[in-house]
Amino acid sequence: MSDSAETILDVRDLHTHFFLRRGVVKAVDGVSFTLRKGEVLGLVGESGCGKSLTALSVMRLLPKGAARTVQGEIVLDGENILKRTPSQMREIRGRKISMVLQDPQTSLNPVFTIGDQLREALVRRAPAKLKEIIKQAVAALRRVDIAAPEQRIGQYPHQMSGGMKQRVVGAIAISGEPEVLIADEPTTALDVTIQLQYLKLLKRLQRENGMAILFITHDFGVVARMCDRVAVMYAGRIVECGPVKQIFEAPSHPYTRALIASVPKMTGTRGRLTAIDGQPPSLMNLPAGCRFASRCAHVEPRCLEAYPGTTQIGADHTADCWKIGSI
Amino acid sequence: MKRFIARRLIQGVVLLFMVATIVFFLGRLTGNPVDLMLPEDATAEDRAALVKTLGLDEPLLDQFVIFVGKAAQGDLGQSIRMKQPAAEAFFNRLPNTLVLIPWALLLGMALGIPLGVLAALNRGGLLDRFAGTVAVLGVAMPSFWLGVLLIFVFSVELGWLPSSRMGGPEHYVLPVITLGTFLVAGFMRITRSAMLEVMESEFVKLARIKGLSETTVIWKHCLRNALIPVLTLWGVFVGNLITGAIVTETVFAWPGIGRLTYEAVIYRDYPLLQAVIILKSILILTINLGVDILYAYVDPRIRLT
Repeated sequence: MSDSAETILDVRDLHTHFFLRRGVVKAVDGVSFTLRKGEVLGLVGESGCGKSLTALSVMRLLPKGAARTVQGEIVLDGENILKRTPSQMREIRGRKISMVLQDPQTSLNPVFTIGDQLREALVRRAPAKLKEIIKQAVAALRRVDIAAPEQRIGQYPHQMSGGMKQRVVGAIAISGEPEVLIADEPTTALDVTIQLQYLKLLKRLQRENGMAILFITHDFGVVARMCDRVAVMYAGRIVECGPVKQIFEAPSHPYTRALIASVPKMTGTRGRLTAIDGQPPSLMNLPAGCRFASRCAHVEPRCLEAYPGTTQIGADHTADCWKIGSI
Repeated sequence: MKRFIARRLIQGVVLLFMVATIVFFLGRLTGNPVDLMLPEDATAEDRAALVKTLGLDEPLLDQFVIFVGKAAQGDLGQSIRMKQPAAEAFFNRLPNTLVLIPWALLLGMALGIPLGVLAALNRGGLLDRFAGTVAVLGVAMPSFWLGVLLIFVFSVELGWLPSSRMGGPEHYVLPVITLGTFLVAGFMRITRSAMLEVMESEFVKLARIKGLSETTVIWKHCLRNALIPVLTLWGVFVGNLITGAIVTETVFAWPGIGRLTYEAVIYRDYPLLQAVIILKSILILTINLGVDILYAYVDPRIRLT
């Protein structure tokens, strides 16, 4: 991916908070990243670090009443979609930006056929006669490698396997030919053998459509296979971002290093699995300094006093750490 | 599906036998019908003669065996008071009750389901609280009280609507409101809770991701799923309406099977009471089975298992 590639999605200083009776949970607290046309950007981090909420903020589908984006900009193809009205957002969703959810078992409506659910999305793109739409739906299913799509189209979700359902979800998500697809751990709920198939499918669709994918995962193996660049998220912020190769070969942030070190290896000596000691900070009560400080092996006083700014490491590689270059 | 229906039918027969047993022995606790049928100064011979014609002189268990044997052959006996087969009396009155039910259900669903959806959409808001109040009132107001209140206001004070007996459309209004109020509350509550659950689903999120309008998301994707529990209630309510119309029909002097049940108890008309209860049970069992089959049409997951 060349540096000059055009930016399609630019998220700047995004803050999305949960407002609960007990207090404010700062689940996304200052996230910035850019997604370039046609690239796959991985967003990795442990459970609860704010990955999914970042995605929902970008889709503007936050749980009603509980969560709200309080600050920041989400610039999609040159326009700040946070300024769009709900009805304008409906025009954008499905066509410019779309999403694949984590659990295929619950992503499809159990009481409508696959064909019905696909049709709804297709009609929105270009209204046409029913016969024509059905043809398109069959083609869309064939495109995601579903065998005998003519029969499948009249079936209900419970008649399909998890992997097949997830492919249908994929077909629905890309039916509007979006420029950006957010994939929120799309393979986590699938069997390992099916995971690889699905990743290959996503990769192929991405090449065919030329769409950009924001790929959310906690699996570095998937990152290595899928992504051009990767952003590592910790406690509501992105702590390091760069090309996959650089991040793997020379991780700069202590958290990224610990994360990569904790990936089990198939080769070499077998020993105990490496884990990161401690717990991430409470999102309700974030420390003033670096959020990883309490678990970091290289911590020093200034880490606890103030949050480190973003340091440019390489041309396309940044990290938020005081001690870049000295550790 | 065939095996399912067969199993349900066998269960139904067992259940009917239990119902027959209970109503037979419980009915006899109300007293002796002979006391009501003969003048106070009747001689002991007259009494004995009547008891013999009614077949009440046999030992209780023998009476029961005879009753069950005849019932199994479809003969539910003669009504003591009406001098006609008890089943015939029931089926003569049944249409009068059945004509009320669709209207009461319609009222209940037409108001209850949309109100439930709106309450769910405005969770915690003013409309939700209003709907909650409606639900509490609907459940808490006993039908004898509501019926009398409606008669007092609309028949006695305003003189707009007739207070009793069957007749033209205007005769239906007050009984239907009395029966329907409870249903509005029930449908509203179940729709609200089902909607709240469905609205959190991932498939609703996907519907929004597709860019569907809120109207489609709520009234198509959510409501169709929320209607599954509503349908369960439907079966319960139709059963309630058939059996529970006793009070309403009595208040409005409506000549249906509810009032017939009431009369059978008051006049100690054992054969009629037994027939009414057994036939009602058969009706309810049939409706429940029908609802279960109807499920299959709303929820495809049931259709194929």
